[in-house]
Amino acid sequence: MLPNIVSYARFRYLWLALLLIAASMALYFSQATDGAQPRNGGTWQGYTLGTLGALLIVWLSLLGVRKRSYRSAMGRVQGWTSAHVYLGLALLVVATLHCALQFGLNVHTLAYVLMCLVVLSGIYGLYVYLALPGSLAANNAGRDIAASSRELEDIDRQISRLAARGDADLSAVVDSALELTRLGGTTWTVLRGRDRSRVRVGSTAVDNRDQSAVIAHLASRVPRASRRREAELLNELLDMFGRRQVLLRRLRRDARLRGLMQIWLFFHIPLTVALLFALVVHVLSVFIYW
Amino acid sequence: MSRSYHTAIIGGGPAGLSAAGRAAAYDREAGVAEPSYVLLEGHSTFAKTIQKYQKGKHVMAEPGFLNLRSPMPFEAGRREDILGAWQERLQGEGIHIRYNAEVADISGTQGDFLIRLAGGEELYAENVVLSIGTQGNPRTLGVDGDAESEFVLYTLDDADAYRGESIVVVGAGDAAIENAIALAKQNRVTIVNRRGEFSRAKDGNLSAILAAINDPDIPLSCLYESHVAGLELPGDEGEGALLLKTPSGETRVACHRIIARLGTIPPRKFVESCGIKISSPHLDAVPEVDRKYQSNVPGLYVIGALGGYPLIKQAMNQGYEVVDFIHGRETRPADYELLASQFAGLPYAMDPEDVLDLYQQRVPMFRRMNPLAFRELIIESRILFSEEGASVPGSTRERETVHVPADYTLYRNGEYSSSFYTLVEGSVQLQLEQDGPWHTLSPGQFFGEMSLISGRPREGSAIVKRDSILIETPRRIMVKVMNSNEEIREGIDRVFIMRALLAAFRTGIPLDELGEIAAGITPKTFEAGDLIYREGEQGEELHLIRRGRVALSKGGDGSVVNQLHSGELVGQMALMGAPTRRETASAAVRTETLPIRQPEFLRLVGQSGDYLPVLQQRLSDNLLQINAMASRSEAARTVNFLMQEGMGEATNALLIDESLCIGCDNCERACAETHGGISRLNRREGASHNQWHVATTCRHCELPHCMKDCPTDAIRRSADGEVFITDACIGCGNCETHCPYDAISLRYPAAKKPGLLSWLLFGAGDGPGDVHSASPADANSRKTAVKCDACRDLPGGHACVRACPTGAAIRLGPDRFTELVSVL
Repeated sequence: MLPNIVSYARFRYLWLALLLIAASMALYFSQATDGAQPRNGGTWQGYTLGTLGALLIVWLSLLGVRKRSYRSAMGRVQGWTSAHVYLGLALLVVATLHCALQFGLNVHTLAYVLMCLVVLSGIYGLYVYLALPGSLAANNAGRDIAASSRELEDIDRQISRLAARGDADLSAVVDSALELTRLGGTTWTVLRGRDRSRVRVGSTAVDNRDQSAVIAHLASRVPRASRRREAELLNELLDMFGRRQVLLRRLRRDARLRGLMQIWLFFHIPLTVALLFALVVHVLSVFIYW
Repeated sequence: MSRSYHTAIIGGGPAGLSAAGRAAAYDREAGVAEPSYVLLEGHSTFAKTIQKYQKGKHVMAEPGFLNLRSPMPFEAGRREDILGAWQERLQGEGIHIRYNAEVADISGTQGDFLIRLAGGEELYAENVVLSIGTQGNPRTLGVDGDAESEFVLYTLDDADAYRGESIVVVGAGDAAIENAIALAKQNRVTIVNRRGEFSRAKDGNLSAILAAINDPDIPLSCLYESHVAGLELPGDEGEGALLLKTPSGETRVACHRIIARLGTIPPRKFVESCGIKISSPHLDAVPEVDRKYQSNVPGLYVIGALGGYPLIKQAMNQGYEVVDFIHGRETRPADYELLASQFAGLPYAMDPEDVLDLYQQRVPMFRRMNPLAFRELIIESRILFSEEGASVPGSTRERETVHVPADYTLYRNGEYSSSFYTLVEGSVQLQLEQDGPWHTLSPGQFFGEMSLISGRPREGSAIVKRDSILIETPRRIMVKVMNSNEEIREGIDRVFIMRALLAAFRTGIPLDELGEIAAGITPKTFEAGDLIYREGEQGEELHLIRRGRVALSKGGDGSVVNQLHSGELVGQMALMGAPTRRETASAAVRTETLPIRQPEFLRLVGQSGDYLPVLQQRLSDNLLQINAMASRSEAARTVNFLMQEGMGEATNALLIDESLCIGCDNCERACAETHGGISRLNRREGASHNQWHVATTCRHCELPHCMKDCPTDAIRRSADGEVFITDACIGCGNCETHCPYDAISLRYPAAKKPGLLSWLLFGAGDGPGDVHSASPADANSRKTAVKCDACRDLPGGHACVRACPTGAAIRLGPDRFTELVSVL
């Protein structure tokens, strides 16, 4: 068992983050609350916390740079990710202490809200990174997914060859089941794991989710089979569609899990860019209106 | 009336062409009208092997240190250019070459050799030069009319060249299957198998051919248990036929073409039928020849690949020299200068040829070697000379005496090196294991054979004393020598066994007695998966592992409870009062052991003295380990899986923890970005068990399969164990074929990546982190072999491991497997 990004280096960055939080708290509570000013970002302590927060944001966004500096000997990316996680969480506290819960309809609060969204999407990312790889491996059951795709192609070929031996009606149903099987689709379909497969029985195409309609159709024909050869053929097809069902489930789940592990970055990264802009505006406007 | 020649050269490859060119020069000098020589080529064209190279293949002119000496031109370039230049020179010089003149046998003696051709014609020659290479001739159908023609083919260059024909493919090996499947895309194909099944084929080909035969959509059928009885050449209508004996009687299969893929007849049989001795039964063994390339049959010469020189330039030089020797001219071999430079730094005032003879006489083991092989050994070796006051050598130029200071450490314990040292003068201090006692070696003795044979890092260190001279020979040369000379193999083996026993038992037994014990031990070889002994058996011997790795399992469900490497003992309990085997021992990879029986064992340990408690401690540690693993079946099964995947011979393999891997492929990108744009690892491919995934990439094997057959010695191993490919690679593909783990591929160098902006705005080339496309960057680029080099040049170490954002990738060897599965 290897250490993951949470337990990396015996929680080294957890301790660093806790230290940072403790120091920020101390700084925050050292602000005098008497007189005109409440605790806020304008005191020297407030400015210190703000500077710290801004530096953290810049450093956190540098993970993307480090990840692509393939020659860099500056520690492992895993260490950086671990620190990114803990310091990112600490940022939530640092920034909140900096703003002292003074919100308004302005660019300052916009920066704060964006930061919270970035951190929240990051927390979701952490969750999927910790929880999903195991499910993904279990789903693939020790084989690589390309082998499953090849197996599916193989089964499809065998099914259409078998179907050609049956009567016209049977082969039409079976061929339409193959033809109207949907794997993939829009991002949303993939992430939801929706199956929009259909099958044409007679003249209408009906829902064939999880291949259940075609399997039910085949099963219902078996007892009505007039000849032994037909019954055998139907049984063989039934067996094939059973295997196909398992493979399709595996491929669909694989795509879904992979999708979930990536999709959050499509929020996390753009939000980070937006945050960086808002942060620049926030800092500049503070200095201009000082 | 049959012709008679001064010299007959057999085989029109680079060596034969060069020899014929030289012979033609002698004829010109003498002004004779009729050629005094003949070049006999069995095929319809010269240099058959090179003609068969793929179109446009870049042919290298290695070894670079050797100058070409030949009437034929040769420099690195495209296959077509080289063949074209030879063709031009063949015609220009009017070389007397006879095509389709396959030699059936050679008899007679010097001055009066009788050469019979396959067609029955007979020729006489005073001298015969064999330059037939090692490829061999294809096995023929063995019926009338089976000569290679448009109708009967023994090779298939391009399956797409045939369309809409009926074709019969004869054979059941991989070549036959691949041809049949390729042809069946556009032709009707019948494959003829002598047996009832395709048992010789690779798994992939086996399933492919069975699927194709059973698939009614593919026009391919098979005739099993069928023997070729005859053939009918095609008449005017263009169709001939193959007559077959099948289990249901004789059948006639009409066809447009017959492709026979029946394997090749290795030239060894032919060579031996000429009376030439090959002393070793080993497959790679070469005929013994003297300094003038003359075999044990006077007047019969052997040059080129057949004599063990696979490189084109070497073969061409030998062709030139052999004709000089035959004409009685004492030509200095082309490598004389190299030899001189090798010895230049030594304190002798002697001709290098004499130094060579002196050294061969000084080392008992080398005395019986043939002088040509010894010469090659010296040229390919480094000569080390230790002097008081010399500085530690940096990167020395090749083939120059290497000066080292006195008391210089040749290698240290734990270092990966596998070269073999022979002491010719002075003395060496040698350890046989870490912190073991020191032994002193004297001139004529050798060392370094442990790592040579096992491929494991050095056990113990070696220090050279002042004023000593050593020959340091690379592993590949030693392997070649050992494979072709039984005496040397036995000599090295005997010393290996003695030292292995010394190291394992630290016995104080007198050397002659030890030698006696060693002589009674015959090493045993086990292929991967072979049983060494079975649980519950009565054991009579223990095994000292000499190379490979042994897996111990318990309970018959394939749970591996321990695995041991070379230098370790297996099954010693049987000799220590508990004869019933408590576990099953099997070879995880190809393994060699030294079996030791009770009387010898008692003699050895009887003299171990203080070392006995150490041996006992090791045994009880071992038992503890077995016990601990046996109680954790999941962990034991994981180790078994890793062993099944061939990890037993790995030293540095990439494993991926699938419970952490998010599939981002940053590892592959890091690899590509740090290695010229081409990733040397494939994360997705490979087997998995529990959470462990064995990625497809180099494992840096103990005895790398890839290094076995590299003609230019381009694959090296660094002292830290990384196996890497140098710029000397000529792209021959041998290593790719030998690697059982698909870790090597032949690739064009990647195009230089465009700047970020031109990629972003104009879509030029591959973007950052993009996988490099497979087409060549420019017309002059050539494919070379690429593989993982374990990032030996990167200061931070393995890029794949460092780039993994979640810590899923690790690199390790089998010694750490137990640690890996420790929490399962």
